[in-house]
Amino acid sequence: MKYSGFKIIKEALTGHRGWGPAWRSPDPSSEYDYIIIGGGGHGLATAYYLAKEFKQSKIAVLEKGWIGGGNVGRNTTIIRSNYLLDGNEPFYEFSLKLWEGLEKELNYNAMVSQRGILNLIHSDAQRDAFIRRGNAMLLNGADADLLSKEQIQKRYPFLNTDNARFPVKGGLAQHRGGTVRHDAVAWGYARAADSYGVDIVQNCEVTGFKIEKGICVGVDTTKGFIKAKTVGACVAGSSSRLMQMAGMRLPIESHVLQAFVSEGLKPILPGVITFGAGHFYCSQSDKGGLVFGGDIDGYNSYAQRGNLPVVEDVCEGGMAIFPMLGRVRLLRMWGGIMDMSMDGSPIIDKTDISGLYFNGGWCYGGFKATPASGWVYAHLLATKEPHKTARSFRFDRFSKGLMIDEKGMGNQPNLH
Amino acid sequence: MIINHPLLGPRDSSEFVYLGDANLINRPNWQEDSAVRQFVDYGYLRDNTAGLHRELWFHEYGDRSWLVVTRDTVSHEIKEVRLASDVATEEGR
Repeated sequence: MKYSGFKIIKEALTGHRGWGPAWRSPDPSSEYDYIIIGGGGHGLATAYYLAKEFKQSKIAVLEKGWIGGGNVGRNTTIIRSNYLLDGNEPFYEFSLKLWEGLEKELNYNAMVSQRGILNLIHSDAQRDAFIRRGNAMLLNGADADLLSKEQIQKRYPFLNTDNARFPVKGGLAQHRGGTVRHDAVAWGYARAADSYGVDIVQNCEVTGFKIEKGICVGVDTTKGFIKAKTVGACVAGSSSRLMQMAGMRLPIESHVLQAFVSEGLKPILPGVITFGAGHFYCSQSDKGGLVFGGDIDGYNSYAQRGNLPVVEDVCEGGMAIFPMLGRVRLLRMWGGIMDMSMDGSPIIDKTDISGLYFNGGWCYGGFKATPASGWVYAHLLATKEPHKTARSFRFDRFSKGLMIDEKGMGNQPNLH
Repeated sequence: MIINHPLLGPRDSSEFVYLGDANLINRPNWQEDSAVRQFVDYGYLRDNTAGLHRELWFHEYGDRSWLVVTRDTVSHEIKEVRLASDVATEEGR
């Protein structure tokens, strides 16, 4: 069924009896060409592009819970491609380009809103760093715009630009950045993948890999053994737990990142703004709530909830730039589990086990990467070769000294 | 989280800095033939356990001691806190 304005009018006049389920709920077959483990944004996107772009068939997505119940439903919905390093920027720009055409591609309203993202500058040294980053973005075909203090004051009059400790001296804007309705991304990819015949199997937990003579021949699940020629893990947050079943140790720690939503307000915040002196980023949802977040809690956790010191720290960051937030009440807060990798960048690679592939280590930047992650992972699964924008996301980069460390923090996952 | 410091009693975790898995105490011997491979594993690979996790915390805003905290990464419950120096001595470091 194709969604359209005409269809909505027709259904409105006929009592909404023509809407069917957006995807099937099939029982798993005994055998597939491709099994994707993890029905989040990345897994569903992978299945979709495998079927659509790489013309593959017999594909299943296995999801332990329900699709979109993990990090794709727990993030702060920001899309952007404002990275510095060569290993990262072409990939994220590819992703942003895919976001721009996503709704037409999927025939699904994902509420892609290119309202712009602004990184604030608070010192001369930071301006130099952001100019360098902006130039790297331009060289890779992305957009970047250095704004002066006056331009920022005009656009965002409510910002505290004259803070004595951290005055706003300018900002690096990416006008094509913005926000997307996160759940709709999972649902849109699921519906589109389903229409190409992908089996999306929910409530089906993978409990083990069947590995014979170094070849992965299938997975054990709570719905029985399923044979597969190619298995792709795509469970960022729980990657270590999954890959442990294949005897692998990963360059990843799991950490909890908290996010927050305020009560609904009238429209006050036109884009996404990040505080450059602390760690605070904020946008306003279409329902009016301010959606914001900051640093990870900083210790290994699988708990999907954080602790109060980080709540305080994030709110302090918010107050430093938006003093007007002081009376706003916090409505909801939650935590998601991040694969924090050793250099802050993801891994999309084959493993030493033939037929078993890995996608993870997204730190807290996975949401914006969803379309490109799906595309390049599908490329890897179908052609056995990495996509040109994802050649650096290899396992062996740590032993070869080819880390992609945007922040220059070294092998300390809680600092990325 | 409250960390029950063996010398100072219960302290808020925000006084501490987190380093990671307590296996970092077991630094490989650089003179061994396989030292390069061992250091790659030591530096970059982690068990990342869901459940009881032995980890290093540094009391930065306190007595600046290193602690080995045994904590459940699923519930955040802390089971045991010991001075890292005691643990390291016990493990023959």
